[in-house]
Amino acid sequence: MIHLFKKKKKKDTRPKGGIRLPYVGFFCLGIFFLAVIFADVIAPYDPQEGDLFSSTIPPVWQEEGSLAHILGTDMLGRDVLSRIIHGSRMSLLISVGCILFYGSIGVTLGLISGFMGGRTDMVIMRMADLWLSLPAIIVLFMLASVHGPSAKTIILTFGIMGWPNYARIVRGECLSLKERDFVRLARVAGCSKLRIMFSHILPNIMNTIIIMATIEIGGIIVLTASMSFLGLGTQPPSCDWGLMLAEGRQYITYASWLVTFPGLAIVITVLGFNLTGDWLREILDPKQKLR
Amino acid sequence: MQGYILKRILIAMFTIFAVLTVVFFIFRLGPADPVAVMLPPNATPQDAENLTKKFGLDQPLMVQYTNYLKNAFKGDFGTSFRFNEPALKVLFERFPATLQLGLVAFVISVLVGLSVGIISAVKPDSFIDRIGRLVALAGMSLPSFWVGVMLILFFGVTLRWLPIAGKGTLAHYIMPSFCMSLYPIALITRLSRSSMLDALKSDYVVMARIKGVPEFYVILVHAFKNASIPVLTVIFGIFSGLIVGSAVVVEYIFSWPGIGRLVMESYFARDYPVVQVFVIFVTFVVVTMNLIVDIIYAYIDPRIRYQ
Repeated sequence: MIHLFKKKKKKDTRPKGGIRLPYVGFFCLGIFFLAVIFADVIAPYDPQEGDLFSSTIPPVWQEEGSLAHILGTDMLGRDVLSRIIHGSRMSLLISVGCILFYGSIGVTLGLISGFMGGRTDMVIMRMADLWLSLPAIIVLFMLASVHGPSAKTIILTFGIMGWPNYARIVRGECLSLKERDFVRLARVAGCSKLRIMFSHILPNIMNTIIIMATIEIGGIIVLTASMSFLGLGTQPPSCDWGLMLAEGRQYITYASWLVTFPGLAIVITVLGFNLTGDWLREILDPKQKLR
Repeated sequence: MQGYILKRILIAMFTIFAVLTVVFFIFRLGPADPVAVMLPPNATPQDAENLTKKFGLDQPLMVQYTNYLKNAFKGDFGTSFRFNEPALKVLFERFPATLQLGLVAFVISVLVGLSVGIISAVKPDSFIDRIGRLVALAGMSLPSFWVGVMLILFFGVTLRWLPIAGKGTLAHYIMPSFCMSLYPIALITRLSRSSMLDALKSDYVVMARIKGVPEFYVILVHAFKNASIPVLTVIFGIFSGLIVGSAVVVEYIFSWPGIGRLVMESYFARDYPVVQVFVIFVTFVVVTMNLIVDIIYAYIDPRIRYQ
C-alpha cells in the first residue's frame, strides 16, 4: 500500500523536475534553421568576398565598429556575421551526414543482430566491442594523414566509427519486439525475414532512432567543429565555425570577436539540439535513462 | 571467474592485433607514397631507392606485414623522421606530461561530478540540483576548444592572471584541467544523478531505512554501491577518453608538451611513424582500461561472470 501511494506521488512530481517545453531550445533551433534556410537572403555580404581595406573592423558596439559590419570583419575583411550564417549550413551538412551514415549502418546491423540472433548476433556484437575500443579521433588522424583533411574525411571517419551505439540500442529493442504477436503473425503469413525486419520492426523503433539522432547531433557538431579547429577537417576558405575559430585564434590579442562569435554560434546550436533532444526523450520515451 | 578473465584477456589481445593490422594497411595502402613524403625536394631517384630499401618497402606486402608485426612485438615501431629516434621513445618522453594533466582533470571530474550528482539525487529540485543540472547542460553544450580559447582571452590576455601556454608552475594546470574536465563533469553528474535516483527508489533502500540505518550510510553504502556500476564504466571510459580525445585538443590550445601536441606536430610535419605509434599506443591504453573495467565489474556484480 505504501509502495503504491509512493509511486503515485512520484508520478505527479515528475514534470516539475523534468523540462516541460524547451522554449529556449526551440528558440535556439529556430535561429539555427533560419540561418540554414535563408542564408543567402539574411547574410548582408558574400561570406567569401573580402575587402582588405576594411580588415579587422570590430563589432558595432565597440568604438571603431560600424553598422555596416555588425559583428565586425576578419583579417581578410570578410564579414563575420555573413560567415557565421553561412557556416550553419556546413555544420548541419557535416553533422547530418555523419548521423545518416553511421545511423544507417548501425540500424541495419542492429536489426540483423537482434533478429537473427545466434552466431550472427555474436559476431556483430563482438565487432561493436572492438570498434568501441578504437577512438574516432585516432581513425581521423590516420585517414587525414593518408587522404588529406576535408569535410569528407570527417564524415567518413565518424560515419565508420559511430555505428556501435546505434546497433546496440536497436538490437535491444529488436530483441523484445521480435517476440511480439505482430511479428509472429507476419512470420505465419509468410513474410520474408528482410520484410519483417524493415517493414514490421523498423517502424516500431523509429521513435528511439529519432531521439538518439537528436541527442547525438549536438555532440557531433561539437566534435566535428573541434576537428576542423585542429586542422583535420574542412579547409580554408570554406565557412566552418571550427575553422573560423582556428583562424581567429592567431589574432586573439587584438581581434577577440573573431573567436567569440563563431563559438557562440556553436553553443547556441548545440544547446538547441540538446534541450530539444532531452525533451523529445522525455515525451516519447520516458523509460529510457539519461545517459 | 578465471575463465571469464581469460576470455576477456584473449579478446583484448585480439583487439590489439586487429588494430595493428588495420593501422598497417591504412598507412601502406593509402595514395600517399611515404618515400616521396620523407625525401627533401632536391632528392635524386637514387636517394628514393635507398630509402625504399632501408624501410623494406620494395618487399612484397605480406613480408612487410610479418616484419612489421615482428618488430611491433619487440616494441619497435619505426624511427621518427623529425627526431631521428625510435618513435616509441619520442612518445614516451612526452607521455608523463599528458598523464599528469589527465590525472588532475580526472580527479576533478570524478570528485565534482560524483558529489554534485549524489547531492542532486538525494535532494531533487534543491538549489544544488538546479545548479547541477545547469552545469550538466553547459558541459554537454560548450565545446571545450572554445572554452579554452575564451579562458585564454579572459584570464590570460585581458586580466593577465594565468599563464596561457606551456607547463611549469601549478598555475599552468588550472585552465587546461578545467577545460578538460568540463564535459566529464557533466557526464558523471547526469549519470550518477539518474542511477542514484533509481537506487534510492528501490526496496532495499526502504528496507534499510525501516531498519533504522543512518541516512548517511543508506545513501553512501546501500544506494551508492548499487548505483555505481553504470557510473564506473563511464568513469573509466572518461579516463582513457581524457588522455586521448581531450588531450589532443586541450594540449594544442594551451601548448601543453604532451603526446596530444606531439601527434598534432607530427601530423603536420608528416612524421607518420610517430602518428602511427600514437594510434597504437592509445588503442593499447583504451583496451587495457576496458579490460580492467570488465574485471572490476565481475567482482562487483557476480551476475556478469555467469553470463
